[in-house]
Amino acid sequence: MSRISREEVERVAALARLSLSDREADRFTADLDTILEYVETLRRVETDGIEPTSHPLPLATPTREDRAVAPMDPGLAVANAPEHEGSAFVVPKVIEGEEEG
Amino acid sequence: MTAAPGTLRELRDALDGGRVSSVELVDSALSKAEASQSSLNAFIRLQPERARKEAAEADARRRRGELRSPLDGLPLAIKDNMVQTGEPATCASRILEGFVSPYTATAVTRLEQAGAIVVGRTNMDEFAMGSSTEHSVAGATRNPWRTERTPGGSSGGSAAAVAAGIVPGALGSDTGGSIRQPASFCGVVGLKPTYGRVSRWGLVAFASSLDQIGAFARSAADCAWLLEVIAGHDPMDSTSIPEPVPHYADALDGDVSGLVLGLPNEYFVAEGVDPAVLSAVREAVAELERAGAKVREVSLPHTSYAIATYYLIATAEASSNLARYDGVRYGYRAPPPHGLTDMYCRTRSQGFGVEVKRRIVLGTYVLSAGYYDAYYRKAQQVRTLLRRDFEQALRGCDVIVTPTCPEVAFPLGEKTDDPLTMYLSDVYTVSANLVGLPALSVPAGFSNGLPIGLQLVGGALEEGALLRVADALQRRTDHHVIRPELA
Repeated sequence: MSRISREEVERVAALARLSLSDREADRFTADLDTILEYVETLRRVETDGIEPTSHPLPLATPTREDRAVAPMDPGLAVANAPEHEGSAFVVPKVIEGEEEG
Repeated sequence: MTAAPGTLRELRDALDGGRVSSVELVDSALSKAEASQSSLNAFIRLQPERARKEAAEADARRRRGELRSPLDGLPLAIKDNMVQTGEPATCASRILEGFVSPYTATAVTRLEQAGAIVVGRTNMDEFAMGSSTEHSVAGATRNPWRTERTPGGSSGGSAAAVAAGIVPGALGSDTGGSIRQPASFCGVVGLKPTYGRVSRWGLVAFASSLDQIGAFARSAADCAWLLEVIAGHDPMDSTSIPEPVPHYADALDGDVSGLVLGLPNEYFVAEGVDPAVLSAVREAVAELERAGAKVREVSLPHTSYAIATYYLIATAEASSNLARYDGVRYGYRAPPPHGLTDMYCRTRSQGFGVEVKRRIVLGTYVLSAGYYDAYYRKAQQVRTLLRRDFEQALRGCDVIVTPTCPEVAFPLGEKTDDPLTMYLSDVYTVSANLVGLPALSVPAGFSNGLPIGLQLVGGALEEGALLRVADALQRRTDHHVIRPELA
């Protein structure tokens, strides 16, 4: 039995804001099935009561003096945007279903 | 000791002796880089004007006797996922098309402050996701030893550029072996420092709990120089370790007597390992024994679970990190959008390559409701067990010794249609990232004319011990002196 359906691949892709071509959806379904089968080997490992590791080494939060420093110039910060106005990013209309303004 | 040809040390000696200028070194690196592009494709972009100007400034400093560091005036390359003010950084992806960085990565700033000169930005797998430098919008990089072979990846451009003698050193990044595996395939030294030893500020994020910047060079001694410059705490990266940086190079005296090398049985009995790789590693270990090192067997019992653990954690982190590429703030935007969501979807679908999309989908899946505990949390728990393995093993030895890869460089195209097989080529390297420990690959021999790498893994912040062992091996062998015909 396959571990993941094509519908599920497309649903997850939509969550990640990806629209897959038919070919990609077919291919990813097969690839993910193979990969998920492989990672199921982890089920053999007894992990009851084992703390998860999210960071590899012990980490203390470093502190610094609370002093204001100059931020990046806003003009520079938006200079890479495909579209900007002044120091603001310009995006398509957020509320869908209305005509582009 | 005379410095080996083409090393940072040899070029520095030539500068000090007045036999060459920094401008000449940079010109030579640029012309070699240009000449090799059609055969190797190691670079995504060269920056000749900036490099020549900086070289002239370095020569002027030298004349005034105001050298900044041993690296002053020497040409280097950086991987295309580290930003530098005023330069593009594409990560070999269409989605960063047109991006010009408004700031510089801390590791690169430190190179600049030391007077080193970045001559170009090297090719890589898109967003560092790959083991062959084939998943690049700029096309594949080729191995200087045999051009129908991969240089490894994802830092394949940096490894190939150093192996081909274009530059004496380069920076790369290593999330699951992306410095060590290409170093092994290209016959150079590649060092992944302890997680947090080098700031990640300005390194484009792939998997934030695994990513680490490191160095390529022909010799361990050169890697020591590079690490000393780029390492250290950075207020811009709160995961960077606030410990002083040792003078790594000063401690390299070739003495390994009494040092205990641990050989993990699991790495030597694994299926599918090229016997030539194992015999080269065993011969290198025997050489180190003759130099006075002690050898002991150790065990890393969870080794066979490392790849599964790694690909769950790395893709989960990647799916989150790559959410920022949305066509709003930088890079590519799909024209013409019909509303915001459509713009996001089409920008990302057109901007990312197939391997990046595959990993985003896998990562999103393992983090999604209903699967999180079975996949992501489970992987994090196995990560704890892997950490304990290494803690236990390093109680019985100073440095763990393994092959870097189960094989030598494989042919281009061999694994691109089979992602799982490609992932499995990282079997020996991913553990060091999962547990955050420093690891290094050093040339240990050849199989049919292709280089073999030996991997050293040490305790946290024990880069000095790795460099000491690698340097001792290089003093007693000549694998790193043999160069490909292309060089």
